[in-house]
Amino acid sequence: MQTSQKINQPVVEKLDELLAPGQTYASVSAKIGDIVLYPVLKTPWGWIGGIAIAGLLLMLYLYSLATLFTVGIGIWGINVPVAWGFDIINFVWWIGIGHAGTLISAILLLFRQDWRTSINRAAEAMTIFAVACAGIYPLVHTGRPWLDYWFLPYPSTLGMWPQFRSPLEWDVFAISTYATVSVLFWFVGLIPDLATLRDRAQHPVAKFFYGALSLGWRGAAKHWQRYEVASLILAGLSTPLVLSVHSIISFDFAVSQLPGWHVTVFPPYFVAGAVYCGFAMVILLMIPIRKLFGLEGLITLKHFDVMSKVMLASGLIVTYGYFGEIFYAWYSASIYEYFLIVNRTVGPYAWSYWALIIFNVLIPQLLWFKRFRTNLPILLVISVAINIGMWFERWVIIVLSLHRDFLPSSWDVYNPSFYDWATFIGSFGLFFVLFFLFIRLLPMITIFEVRDLVHKTAHKAHDQKGH
Amino acid sequence: MSKETHDIQQNSGRSYWRSLDDLVQSSEFQERLAREFPQEAAELRDPVSRRSFLKLMGASMALSSLAGCQFAIKQPQEKIVPYVRQPEQVIPGRALYFATTMAVHGYGIGLLAESHEGRPTKVEGNPDHPASNGSSDAWIQASILTMYDPDRSQQIIKDGQPSTWAEASAALATAAAAAGSGIRVISEPNTSPTLAALVASLPAGSTWYQYDPLSADNTSTGTMNAVGSTNTIYAFDKADVVVALDSDFTTTGPTALRYARDFASKRRAHSAKPKMNRLYMAEPTPTSTGTLADHRLAVKASAVGSLTQAIAAAVGVAGVSAPSLSESESKWVASAVKDLQAHTGASAVIAGETQPAEVHALVHAINAALNNVGSTVRYIDPVGTMNTGINSLAALVSEINAGAVSMLVIADTNLVYNAPANFNIAEIIKKVPTVVHFGLYQDETSELAQWHINAAHYLESWGDLRAFDGTVSVQQPLIAPLYDGKTLIDVVAAMAGNASSTHDLVKNFWQGVTGTDGYAFDKNWQIALHDGIVPNTAAAATTPTLATSFKAPAATTDGLEIVFRADPSIRDGSAANNGWLQEVPKPVTKMTWDNTAQLSPKTAEKLGLKRGDIVKLTLEGRSVDAPVFVVPGQSDDTVVVHLGYGRTKAGRVGSSVGFNAYAIRPSTSLWHGAGVEITKVGEDYKLASTQMHTDLEGRDYDIYRAKTLDELINPHEEKHAHHEIISLFPEWDYSKGYQWGMSIDLNVCNGCNACVVACQAENNIPVVGKEQVWMGREMHWIRIDTYFSGDAEHPEIYQQPVACMQCEHAPCEIVCPVAATVHDAEGINNMVYNRCVGTKYCSNNCPYKVRRFNFFQYSDMETPSLKLQRNPDVTVRTRGVMEKCNYCQQRINEARIDARTQGREIKDGEVVTACQQACPTQAIVFGNINDPSSKVVQLKALEKTSYTMLDPLNTKPRTSYLAKLTNPNPELGGTHGDA
Repeated sequence: MQTSQKINQPVVEKLDELLAPGQTYASVSAKIGDIVLYPVLKTPWGWIGGIAIAGLLLMLYLYSLATLFTVGIGIWGINVPVAWGFDIINFVWWIGIGHAGTLISAILLLFRQDWRTSINRAAEAMTIFAVACAGIYPLVHTGRPWLDYWFLPYPSTLGMWPQFRSPLEWDVFAISTYATVSVLFWFVGLIPDLATLRDRAQHPVAKFFYGALSLGWRGAAKHWQRYEVASLILAGLSTPLVLSVHSIISFDFAVSQLPGWHVTVFPPYFVAGAVYCGFAMVILLMIPIRKLFGLEGLITLKHFDVMSKVMLASGLIVTYGYFGEIFYAWYSASIYEYFLIVNRTVGPYAWSYWALIIFNVLIPQLLWFKRFRTNLPILLVISVAINIGMWFERWVIIVLSLHRDFLPSSWDVYNPSFYDWATFIGSFGLFFVLFFLFIRLLPMITIFEVRDLVHKTAHKAHDQKGH
Repeated sequence: MSKETHDIQQNSGRSYWRSLDDLVQSSEFQERLAREFPQEAAELRDPVSRRSFLKLMGASMALSSLAGCQFAIKQPQEKIVPYVRQPEQVIPGRALYFATTMAVHGYGIGLLAESHEGRPTKVEGNPDHPASNGSSDAWIQASILTMYDPDRSQQIIKDGQPSTWAEASAALATAAAAAGSGIRVISEPNTSPTLAALVASLPAGSTWYQYDPLSADNTSTGTMNAVGSTNTIYAFDKADVVVALDSDFTTTGPTALRYARDFASKRRAHSAKPKMNRLYMAEPTPTSTGTLADHRLAVKASAVGSLTQAIAAAVGVAGVSAPSLSESESKWVASAVKDLQAHTGASAVIAGETQPAEVHALVHAINAALNNVGSTVRYIDPVGTMNTGINSLAALVSEINAGAVSMLVIADTNLVYNAPANFNIAEIIKKVPTVVHFGLYQDETSELAQWHINAAHYLESWGDLRAFDGTVSVQQPLIAPLYDGKTLIDVVAAMAGNASSTHDLVKNFWQGVTGTDGYAFDKNWQIALHDGIVPNTAAAATTPTLATSFKAPAATTDGLEIVFRADPSIRDGSAANNGWLQEVPKPVTKMTWDNTAQLSPKTAEKLGLKRGDIVKLTLEGRSVDAPVFVVPGQSDDTVVVHLGYGRTKAGRVGSSVGFNAYAIRPSTSLWHGAGVEITKVGEDYKLASTQMHTDLEGRDYDIYRAKTLDELINPHEEKHAHHEIISLFPEWDYSKGYQWGMSIDLNVCNGCNACVVACQAENNIPVVGKEQVWMGREMHWIRIDTYFSGDAEHPEIYQQPVACMQCEHAPCEIVCPVAATVHDAEGINNMVYNRCVGTKYCSNNCPYKVRRFNFFQYSDMETPSLKLQRNPDVTVRTRGVMEKCNYCQQRINEARIDARTQGREIKDGEVVTACQQACPTQAIVFGNINDPSSKVVQLKALEKTSYTMLDPLNTKPRTSYLAKLTNPNPELGGTHGDA
């Protein structure tokens, strides 16, 4: 890729930081490909243990959803006034997590950030699985989920269309588009690697499986040319989605008239929050996987350093949002907005607001320092903190705004029930089962892009020698 | 003592009341039970048994097979068969209304019952009846549910075995003949002239006792002592100053509906020169009437006597000396007296039935001294029996002890449950050889009887009753008895060997009274049935002769005082199995499904108790465990407990709910008494109160506007400038057609809950159970919000009915993704149940939080009898659907159809919403706001008082409020709480 090399000269300077020394085309293909192509019986115990635990959680998830369908959403702790609880909190949280993957694969591709290559495949997979986890919530949070298809605009004998003024209807389009484009982008990116696996596979089943999925990829120049075009188009399509999906989800709140929801800054604030916790989730996943599969040579400290910087930046935008909310409360001169802040900071759920501030604002300040950005145990802790913090952010927005709104007579509290927790914890089961299957069946790092990186590194070394 | 322990064990659904022994015992018991009746064992473990139980069953069944899944639902095949011969007047889909009468404390309240194809679905007040004036209360509204209660006794029982009426009537006749003069009948009070005549036909020497645990004996005794008559009638529509001495006269007793209407008529300040009456109230705990007061004085119940004495002394009742009072008391008395004396002949002093007879006697003397007799107070010939309380029961007990009773008929009164604790009534009853129990339920008392005869509900019965003023009205059945129940008239007639039907007996009795028969009688009979009253049967006025000397009431007692009161919802406990009444939030406390030991904030602090603590209340050696509820505005050193709870055999809804205050109620302190001990025995009792927060948080102007009459006449500079707020959405076109709107007058609302239960009956609103209420999932479409303002000792108490506001810019409409809630051309925000998917977004975006969600399948789709109660004009909602008030759309449509078939417009007042119809004070007015002459338009035009809630949000509600007005005495200054 001569062109990109010329455009991105400054990045090339640091290429060697993105790849441990001594990697060759063959070693890269072997390293990544072998994880997938190990015989079944040689599957690492860590993987088996991991998917077993995740599978148990998935069972819990299925059990709680089965109960939900048969008994009703009263099994959750929601009530009037707090008619949305864990369902929507987790929905927004999961979809936020997905954003990092799209950001890495699309926006960073467009910006030619080479450091993304080692992590983008896994991050994209994470996106799709997180969107799956997220997408289930709005479908099952309805009182009569068997009628969810009414959300879709289709000509029906009812003579009814959906109500297009409702932000929930916008969600339907935003999320389904996002899911579709993400899956397409991910799959298109997988094709060259699937072909590599097809070529390396020994077992006939594996040969067939990867052969079918690689859609006859032969690595011809024409293929590569079309591949590049398709990738750019899909990246171009995904890029606005990174911004639009969470903006539209923020409209669920911003379009309403509830204090704490009716906030015009929500779209950028939500997008920043999504990137924030999405990157935290990528780091959270990458640290153990890197260790488990010995990928230290391909996912280097440089990657963590760069991702931490993105987290820090998005975290500061979110922090700005928190201060903004306090400012609006004062500037609006509305007793309801003012009360909202009082209730958040000293009300019955004040602990959750302060947890949010600690996890989302204070702890991530450590990321200003490089020694923390490259210290993986600490980074792991910070990432967990950010994910918890961003969960609390949604909790604060949803529960704390709803539980005390306009009429004091309707004020109430929300206590998550067993099933609230079961559907939340269980959704991790779905996520991790999918993720474990992914790392076992598909190359979790983009082989051809890393090979490209090897090429560039070698080329650069050659250039330097030549001078 | 064993009874108390027993009671607590019965309440042991909650684990923290369970000692280890109880636990062992009950698990053994449950195991035994489970072997025989697996279903009932599950129910026994469950504190809110029936509903949770059905849910559990539903859940497990659905989980065990996918057949329970909605995808696989199959509609059962049913055949629709038309009438071969259509009954006269019955048009399918058209309701018919029949006049009938319900007994409240034995006095008749005239009602109109709505009948759909032969089944009554709702009751309303009969506008022609003096006691109802067309309105009703929660108790009356809920009575329809009692009729359909599947837990009602469904058969005659002899010694535990099913029997028949043929056997029973024969046995009754034989037993009565054998008993001779040893026959005793004890029933709840009853003013039926036919029944009285029948009882008189029993063998000589037999006696009819009447017993009501909430008897107004004190009132009648005091009145008799003072003026030689028992029945007093107040005319509050003529009173400019009212002093209520612990009298909740707008919600208690057979006169309440009338008094509430009359009182409210003097409270509307709508004219250009507004005038209002002034209410002084002294009471131990805030009541509905108390919240209307201009000067409310929280005093111990025993201090009301001294206040009365002070007033009597001040107005110059002969031989009464002024007692010593506290500063706030004497200030209150002085101003009240001055006001009373300034309005002689146009004032009224009334005492509550819980106050001793001496207080009542003094009150009559005061009214006489104020020249009120003949204007605002009049006396009539006795209606009903004088002794219906403790004296009557005591007389029966002594007769039984003396061995004079050989046959006892216990009718409609649950003596074992509600007799004073020291009577040990169960043991007494066991001494009687033949005990016959007659009642709607097999209850605590029926267990002691050889015979249990299942009663017919009043909607299934013929009968006659007299109203508080003596007016006779006929009780006519709306439906044949569901379970072949009998009336008390049947039972007494059987004892007398008379096999005629109740219908014939009633008719014959009145033929005898009128001395007519044939056509002459039948014509009047039909008119009486149609109108619901027998004209010119009111009792004659009597001329009172005032006593010359009056006993001074007992002095205020020291120390902690216990006050027994009827529960505001389930009253004496006879309606404990009525889910509507259990779940309706009680005025002021907003409690459901429980009674509590109410304490004032100061007393609670002094005793180191807080809301939800469990205390042991001990009085005269008997004790019960009760949860604490702290009530602002209650008098200090007072524990208020409500009767009616802690039933052990009420049915699936009412058993083991709350604690039994009767268990510590001695005959010597029926209503209040000293010497109660209170000790903390636990904490964190789950109180299912529907309102957690009662402070307006400085939002008064947006939510609840209150001002004084003076401020209305001489308005201050308006602090809140009104800005015209613009909207992005286009305005609706209101130029054409009907545009519905409502106005609610906060000034006359006493928060009595009539509207809440009426709405529940009209709109098929389900009962959800304590657990669900506790979680914040109650379903009432209209609720009464209560706010306390001012300090906790002397708060102003605001009551505000809130239903869907039918916003013109409805926040709910724009957020529904499937257009399940939409605006109609007449300005109503409709809820389309079968389109609702249940995202609940509408509820989140509703600033009034009036939307209700079916988190589970709350409506009982299984029980056949409950299905009969449903209003066929209103959808029964399934699980997962949002619901809310829609201005009784079905009633609008009914009026629309009528108007169209008659080729005219709907007239003002023709559409009456269920809440409006029930309201005793006519606080709710509904109508077409496009018709400038309609009443609702005139009320909405009252600029100084009419406002819409949360006005700054620009939701433009169709429901507006008229501000609360108080008329404080300038001498007492400030607001009504300052007394």
